[in-house]
Amino acid sequence: MLILHCPHCDRMVDETDLHAGGEAHVKRFGPGSEAEEFENYLFMRENPKGVHFERWRHVYGCGKWFLAARNTATLEVYGTYSAQTTEPPQAIRDAISAKQPGWSWGTFQ
Amino acid sequence: MSDPISALSLRATHGSVQVSDTGVHGMITLRGDLASSKIRSLCKDLVGLPAPAPREVQVKGDAAVLWMSPDELLFVLPYGSVADSLARIAKVLKGQHHLAVDVSDARTMLRVDGPFAREVIAKLAPVDLYPGAFGEGQVLRSRLGQIAAAFWMSGPQTFEVICFRSVAEYAFDLLAASAAAGPVGHFPRGT
Repeated sequence: MLILHCPHCDRMVDETDLHAGGEAHVKRFGPGSEAEEFENYLFMRENPKGVHFERWRHVYGCGKWFLAARNTATLEVYGTYSAQTTEPPQAIRDAISAKQPGWSWGTFQ
Repeated sequence: MSDPISALSLRATHGSVQVSDTGVHGMITLRGDLASSKIRSLCKDLVGLPAPAPREVQVKGDAAVLWMSPDELLFVLPYGSVADSLARIAKVLKGQHHLAVDVSDARTMLRVDGPFAREVIAKLAPVDLYPGAFGEGQVLRSRLGQIAAAFWMSGPQTFEVICFRSVAEYAFDLLAASAAAGPVGHFPRGT
C-alpha cells in the first residue's frame, strides 16, 4: 500500500484516494513534429526497476495533480512535488541521491 | 413551486450510533483565489463565519463553510437563501475570476451521531481518524467504501457527511451497516 503526501492538501493520502496518471515529465510533441518524436512521446516510457517519476491525482480529495518520485522495487517514496514543473526539484534529486547514489532516469540524474 | 425533499426523506436508524438524513440544505461551491480579501469577506457575508484555513471547517449552528481544496470552498446555508447568496457572490466578485454553483440538489447530508461514531467512519475511509489526528474544526475529503465523501465533526461524537445525492442510499446503508456492526474498540471510548 502506497501512502503519498499531497502537496496541495499538505496531508498524507492513501493510494486508494488517488488516481495514477502514468509517467511524469513526458515532453509533448504535437502537430508538425517528426514521426519518431511523436512516436516516442506517445508510446515510449521508462518503465524502470528502481527510481521512477509518476503523476498522481488526488481524485477523492482536492482533485489536483502532483508528481511523485519513488522506487518501483522497494516502494520507497522520495517525495512529492508540484506538477507545474518540467523537471524534479533539487530537493527531490538530493533525497534520491542520498539513497541511490548514481541514479539516472531518462535525461535526469 | 413544489417543496424540496431530501434524498432519503429524513430516514434514520436508532442504534447506539444513529445514522440520519438531515434534510435539505443549501450548498454553494465557490472556486477562486482563496487568498482574496473579497472571498474571505464573503464567508462573513453569507454565513457569518471567518474563512476556513486549509483542511478546516467553520461551523455555526446549521451553517458552515468548508475548505475543499486550495481554490475551493463549500458553503452550507439555508436552502431558501441560495439564490440571494449567489447573487451576492456575483456582485462582490464581479470582474474577478471565480465560479459559484448551487449544488444543493446534487448533494446529500447525513449525520452519524453516537459514542463510537468515529469508528463507524474510520471503518469505511482510508484516513487517520485517531483522536488527535482528526477532530472538530477539521474537514476531510476522502471516500466511504466506494464513493467520494466529505466529512467533519460538529460535536465530540457527531460526524456530518456530504456525498452525491445519487449515492445517498448506498452511503446511508453503508454507514448504517458499519454502525450496526458495533465498535471495534481501537479508539479510546467516548471519543
